[in-house]
Amino acid sequence: MAARPMLRTFRGRSITSRIASLNHRFLSTLVLAEHEGGSIKAPSVSAVEAAKSLGKDNSVSVLLAGSGLSLQKAAEHAASCHPSISQVLMADSDKLVHPLAEPWARLVHLVQQKGSYSHIIATSSSFGKNILPRAAALLDVSPITDVIEISRSHQFVRPIYAGNALCTVQYTGSNPCMLTIRSTSFPVATIADSSRSNAATISQVDLSTFGEGATSKSKYITQTSQNTERPDLGNARIVITGGRGLKSADNFKMVEKLAEKLGAAVGATRAAVDAGYVPNDLQVGQTGKIVAPELYMAFGVSGAIQHLAGMRDSKVIVAVNRDADAPIFQVADYGLVGDLFEVIPELLEKLPDKK
Amino acid sequence: MKIMVAIKRVVDYAVKIRVKPDKTGVETANVKMSMNPFCEIALEEALRIREAGLASEVVAVSMGPRQCADTLRTGLAMGADRGIHVDSPDALYPLSVAKLLKALVDVEKPQLLILGKQAIDDDCNQTGQMVSGLLNWPQATFASKVVLDKQNQAVTVDREVDGGLETLCLDLPAVITTDLRLNQPRYATLPNIMKAKSKVIKKYTPQELNVQIKPDLEIVQVTEPPKRKAGVIVSSVDELIEKLKNEARVL
Repeated sequence: MAARPMLRTFRGRSITSRIASLNHRFLSTLVLAEHEGGSIKAPSVSAVEAAKSLGKDNSVSVLLAGSGLSLQKAAEHAASCHPSISQVLMADSDKLVHPLAEPWARLVHLVQQKGSYSHIIATSSSFGKNILPRAAALLDVSPITDVIEISRSHQFVRPIYAGNALCTVQYTGSNPCMLTIRSTSFPVATIADSSRSNAATISQVDLSTFGEGATSKSKYITQTSQNTERPDLGNARIVITGGRGLKSADNFKMVEKLAEKLGAAVGATRAAVDAGYVPNDLQVGQTGKIVAPELYMAFGVSGAIQHLAGMRDSKVIVAVNRDADAPIFQVADYGLVGDLFEVIPELLEKLPDKK
Repeated sequence: MKIMVAIKRVVDYAVKIRVKPDKTGVETANVKMSMNPFCEIALEEALRIREAGLASEVVAVSMGPRQCADTLRTGLAMGADRGIHVDSPDALYPLSVAKLLKALVDVEKPQLLILGKQAIDDDCNQTGQMVSGLLNWPQATFASKVVLDKQNQAVTVDREVDGGLETLCLDLPAVITTDLRLNQPRYATLPNIMKAKSKVIKKYTPQELNVQIKPDLEIVQVTEPPKRKAGVIVSSVDELIEKLKNEARVL
């Protein structure tokens, strides 16, 4: 009696595995990349690293869009920045100067129709999150957000509930399988320029069919960027974060000083941002940036779950807080119960200069 | 002009969630459920636009099981004019929600569709982008400021992007998804909670909207994240620096 259901499961499994192996055979990935100032951004290189871990015989193409000389330079950089890249596609158009979702999604649709990729990957940056789901809808597939681990070519792990649970999902739909990856989960080994003997080919995307009906319904007006000389929060080796405990924007300068001394990036909690101590692009957490530096130092941070979601993968976490019961101490490797207004000056005095 | 707002019923943000022992998901039975915080912000923004005389009606929409009607009732108590509930016992992924929303937009013909930027349960951050793609409407995601220009049928939106703010101008109809800093949602007052009881919630099924729900994702398992090993409490700055240098070797 028991044999029949067993047989059924067995049969079912062999079919899925056949589909999986079929998918496996034709791996080709398109990476949607961001570029700035003539080179491709570091998180986009992590997306290439993620593409590499999808399977062995994966041919990786990188799609860049923009216009003119800076695009040309970025394409050249992309062609030699990672040994797994076999092709760089360059979409040169005035409509793509700013990374607006509408033309980008159409571009992805166009390139997919020609290239029939098995996977399309972008980073979980504001760029990737804005564009990839729209492109996925045009291609009628479900995208997968914020992948932190690739188990198989169609099976991924991603955090849910602010990182309080990990969900393994299997993509069972048709090609392409579309995902955004958390770049800190796919670190790129530093590759010497010389290790790349021949650069990938660069080709232009044929945009002749792109122009029609392109009277754009969205216009780029302006961008205000928070220019800092410190390392980028998303990629810094050390992050120093301040919370509500700093009490004022003036006091926050102590955190900045300490960061300068260590060559670190500055982060903040939502409370510190809402109180106006720092601009919002410094926010670390579920609704801000996700960081995973080697060293994360939190000053006056209580450790709400929304904040922990953004930094719990840091290698070493240091917490300084007056309240010994603050939840941050549960994730901290080294905790110091004390007044940050005494601790930070002491650290400033005793820490070695890194710069 | 009509505004449609999508709201989702999720586990309350303050609840410490528990993963089910059989790894099929997260415990949601007997857990406090609320309106997703980003959806509250979306609804608040729609109400403010209406109160500024720039919109005539705010329609709140929710999808999922029977209990979503409670969440809609909360939205009505905040000030939405009427509700629409798409009753679906199945788990709905963003692609299906986007298709259902598109079908409702085709019926209701709103000029503006506002959603939260992400739900705090699945953390997907996809639905708004997907529905605007399906509708072929322009999108402004992660909005922290919205200025409607009724005369020119356009909306100017400040977006929170990595590294700062970006300003876009969209022609209506358009889709906006809200970020945390857009506004501070209001509380429902008791008289408004009473009034909400007489407001209409219209029910649809996916079949009635001609949308086929065919999930292309399968949840294999849900597990707890790996625990960090217990840390130590140091007693002084000197000890901290010593540990960071010699034990953790990060300085």
